[in-house]
Amino acid sequence: MGNHSTTHEGEKLKPQTKELWKVFWILLVLTAIEFVIAFGLDTDRFKWTKIIIFIIMTIVKAYFIVGTFMHLKGEVKSLIWTIILPSLFVVWLLVALIVEGGYIGSV
Amino acid sequence: MAVSKTSATPEHLIWEGGTQPMKIGYGKLMMWIFLLSDTFTFSALLISYGLVRFSFPSFKDINPEMTHKTFELSHDWWPVPEKVFEAVPFLHGISLPLVFVGIMTFILIFSSVTMVLAVEAGHRRDKADVEKWMLWTILGGFTFLGSQAWEWSHFIHGSEEGLTLANGAKVFGANLVTNEYGPAAFADFFFFITGFHGTHVFSGVVLNILIFYNASNGVYERRGHYEMIEKVGLYWHFVDLVWVFVFTFFYLV
Repeated sequence: MGNHSTTHEGEKLKPQTKELWKVFWILLVLTAIEFVIAFGLDTDRFKWTKIIIFIIMTIVKAYFIVGTFMHLKGEVKSLIWTIILPSLFVVWLLVALIVEGGYIGSV
Repeated sequence: MAVSKTSATPEHLIWEGGTQPMKIGYGKLMMWIFLLSDTFTFSALLISYGLVRFSFPSFKDINPEMTHKTFELSHDWWPVPEKVFEAVPFLHGISLPLVFVGIMTFILIFSSVTMVLAVEAGHRRDKADVEKWMLWTILGGFTFLGSQAWEWSHFIHGSEEGLTLANGAKVFGANLVTNEYGPAAFADFFFFITGFHGTHVFSGVVLNILIFYNASNGVYERRGHYEMIEKVGLYWHFVDLVWVFVFTFFYLV
């Protein structure tokens, strides 16, 4: 939560933006690395290695966006779990349906 | 307004009839819950994409002796996205796989930063700073929408060569029934996933303009807090977050 309630009329507070710009650079560098991997690693041999790296990097980016930009890191524990726990079940659905997809038309 | 004068909690954080659950304002909590439900919708779209993609053979399944470099587009297997999305405006005929999508990603990440800077300025109740960063965010939103319009137009019109089918017929570009890139479902998912995301970006830009207008008119200054910027900010960051996932699962893998 903000500290705006403590601000007094006419008083200018210094911007606290260091952390925000840091996250911006992290997101930018991660995306750049994704490009390097996408065209640097041979798809024929490392297909699943690449996919796993991309998924991990996506989750890292999501952590920074949700944690810092959306400020979920600073919220109370019950709110954090309200958001994270239901989202985790999505991973289950993802794995289940990707596996099932491989059998469509072959059974 | 009847607010307890003994409490140190700011007025907008107090729910009618009691203390605030989860130490958060009503509007912000409801925005979080809405975003959670929106997560399910986007997950459903992306997961069904995965399901259908895996129900089709890949290029290598059909042509085990071929390599990634000799990939060709066909209706018989699922396309490799980097072989489909390789055009950039003003650079006609040059193969630049995923470059334009990368630029779009950068635009959205940048507008996410300017949004969070507007939220930060709101915490300091710095009206001029809020206006400045909201304008940058709106600009970023429009740029992204424009890029997506170009991407769609290019995808729909297709290449000059098109795709020659086994019976000699030619297919150019894409619609919901057929396309030159792969199975019909590929273009369908492209339209639905990026379209649904683009609709979110559009709603976000409308909300951003609305709060920019209100902030400029001093509505939040009179209200005593800039929480509305935070609420719309949550939505805007979520749109960026979804794009990060779309970028990975639709374009990269």
